Amino acid sequence: MSTDSTTKTPEAAAVPPPGAASHTKRVVRGHQRLLTRRDRITLALMAGVPTVLHVALVWVTALASIALAFTTWDGIGFDSIKWVGLENFKQLFSDNPQFWPAVEHNVIWFVVLILIPTPLGLLLAVQLDKRIRFSRVYQTAFFLPVVISMACIGFVWQLVYNPDTGLINSLIGANKSGHYIDWIGDPKLNLWAVLVAASWRHTGYMMILYLAGLKSVDPSLREASALDGANEWQTFKHVIFPTLRPTNTVVLVVTIIEALRAFDLVFVFNKGAQGTELLSILVTNNIIGESSRIGYGSAIAVVLLLISLAVIIPYLVATFRKERRS
Amino acid sequence: MHHSPSRLSVPGPNRRSLLRGVGGATLLAGAGIPLLSACGGSGAASDPKTVSLGSNASDAVPKKAFEEVYAAFKKQSGITVDVNTKDHNTFQEQINSYLQGTPDDVFNWFAGFRMQFFAAKKLATPIDDVWQKIGDNFPEAMKKLSKGEDGKYYFVPLTTYPWAVFYRKSVFQQHGYQVPTTWDQLVALCKQMKKDGLVPIAFGDKDQWPAMGTFDQINFRLNGYDFHVQLMAGKASWTDAKVKAVFDHWTEILPYHQDGALGRTWQDAAQSVVAKKAGMYLLGSFVAQQFTNKADLDDLDFFPFPEINSAYGQDTVEAPTDGFMVSKAPKNHDGVVKLLEYLGSPEAEQTYLKTDPSVVAASSKADTSSYSPLQKKAFDMISGAKSLTQFMDRDSRPDFTSTVMQPSLQKFVQNPKGVDSLLSSIERQKKTIFASA
Repeated sequence: MSTDSTTKTPEAAAVPPPGAASHTKRVVRGHQRLLTRRDRITLALMAGVPTVLHVALVWVTALASIALAFTTWDGIGFDSIKWVGLENFKQLFSDNPQFWPAVEHNVIWFVVLILIPTPLGLLLAVQLDKRIRFSRVYQTAFFLPVVISMACIGFVWQLVYNPDTGLINSLIGANKSGHYIDWIGDPKLNLWAVLVAASWRHTGYMMILYLAGLKSVDPSLREASALDGANEWQTFKHVIFPTLRPTNTVVLVVTIIEALRAFDLVFVFNKGAQGTELLSILVTNNIIGESSRIGYGSAIAVVLLLISLAVIIPYLVATFRKERRS
Repeated sequence: MHHSPSRLSVPGPNRRSLLRGVGGATLLAGAGIPLLSACGGSGAASDPKTVSLGSNASDAVPKKAFEEVYAAFKKQSGITVDVNTKDHNTFQEQINSYLQGTPDDVFNWFAGFRMQFFAAKKLATPIDDVWQKIGDNFPEAMKKLSKGEDGKYYFVPLTTYPWAVFYRKSVFQQHGYQVPTTWDQLVALCKQMKKDGLVPIAFGDKDQWPAMGTFDQINFRLNGYDFHVQLMAGKASWTDAKVKAVFDHWTEILPYHQDGALGRTWQDAAQSVVAKKAGMYLLGSFVAQQFTNKADLDDLDFFPFPEINSAYGQDTVEAPTDGFMVSKAPKNHDGVVKLLEYLGSPEAEQTYLKTDPSVVAASSKADTSSYSPLQKKAFDMISGAKSLTQFMDRDSRPDFTSTVMQPSLQKFVQNPKGVDSLLSSIERQKKTIFASA
């Protein structure tokens, strides 16, 4: 048994829980004990169950939806799946009046999130990092929207924007005929209205990320720049912000993900009606329902997948290259 | 063989107990799956005294009303109805997989195209034997609604309600308005109401379906019932001059509709009628739900949408009808037949309406003495109709209406000038959707 477990040792050491690495090296006997039959079953389960789940829920479904994108299927019986080649994509690009607006709105969503709430979150984080009084209270207040579910945020803002009885129109008297402002229905306004709600939440998220980044900045750096006579803005610009580089990468990735998966807020707000079409909502509208257009919806999902890959692959390549260098 | 790990190797026990927890959670999640599928056919496989029924009546009032009906059926026949109720919208969205899985013997559904779709897919059982008994209870229009494309019966209607133009009697009295019976009178009335400071026609299309109701009314008044059926079935073209004429008429009265309709729910629009700010409202009779005050409700009245084309007059009524269908392989066929024969009887409808007075009976034999004046009027209007339509999203393919018509009609309401390009876009999308079946 002991030989058996020693041969297993390197393998087991390759996947220890993060904190236990040094520990296992020190206490070799304890390590042998860990590899009883029960442990091997445990390991198999630990690696096997997530693998099975991952393959079944991520890979099989993703590949199935890619395959379905080239078919038409109403979801009733497997024999009604018909191969149509690129037909779905042709229709999508040329005939669907909602597709290009949806792509455009996803892009606008990303640009707005990166231009407004992200710098705002950074600003708040810098202010809160100065150990001002009641810092914790402010932190909690700004972070609270992130804790609330998107669906609730959509519901709350939809009440605020309600054209007849909502807060805004009641305050500015825009709920009478003639000066009516339709925040939810007017396609020129509703995307911006919903983006205010999204930014309101995103600011808190960005603030927490930057706050964590700022806490890890070495205080001696500030000290050094103060000794060199740099003022606050110069310190921030030339010393603090460059050290936030890893945080900025995370922020960028998180924001891209938020922009691509934007769904719940809009769905609750006005179900993705004219002016707020999003790719995710088009997928849902086409697939969920009674006589669903599963092939067509899958084609939209594939477009969304390709966009995600176009963003994620360069990021992963850059990360791996960096790792190899170091 | 297994030594209990020393207290020193801390990760050991912790990790194990954690793992046990994870295993437990997986097991729980695993157990969840059969639980979900159990929503379908429940155990009682060959019990001749039980019929299972999938219900979408999740709202309190209809749910209670159905309970009364099934209790009365049990008293009469000794057969228990085992009801599985699901949320109304969820039921509708899951209907595909529900009917393909292990559905209940009988399920709640809608008349018309949506019923015929599943009948054609062989997911329902024909019930001509039931109709031999209950046929006399229903008017001709209801019979037409209950048949599949193959001419066999697949559906037993229970309740229905009309779409019409609702108004408050006191508002019409106060201003001396007359109920319009022709298109010109309607337009004139709209103008007068605007002059009097009222919103002529209340309108809220945030939920995307109310605009379909307006389209339907103008369409079958102008082009007749047959054209409605052909258009909805994807046979007539949306670029036809007849469809263009519908939108032209709509454009004429659109300025008299309530501002900002796309952001308003039907409930809010109804409230403007309750508050006497709006003069008229084209909606289903469920608008009465918003009239919570008894005096307001008594003040509510309606008239059928005015005549546009004298060839068709006011012969068509939009009356969405709810009822029952039988799944593809019912476990207790005899019980199912008995249940449906009962549900098709006037007694069952009266029992239902006692608890839910917002609808009327589909049968022409049901007792109307307990009806409110509004119900009586609705009943007369429906039983006097030459043809009954079900509503755009019940008369056509749901994928077409939800992914093409809902956004298109919103676009029209937003910008009535772009009709031509809108119609050719609808026609292009329609062709591909209807070709895929």
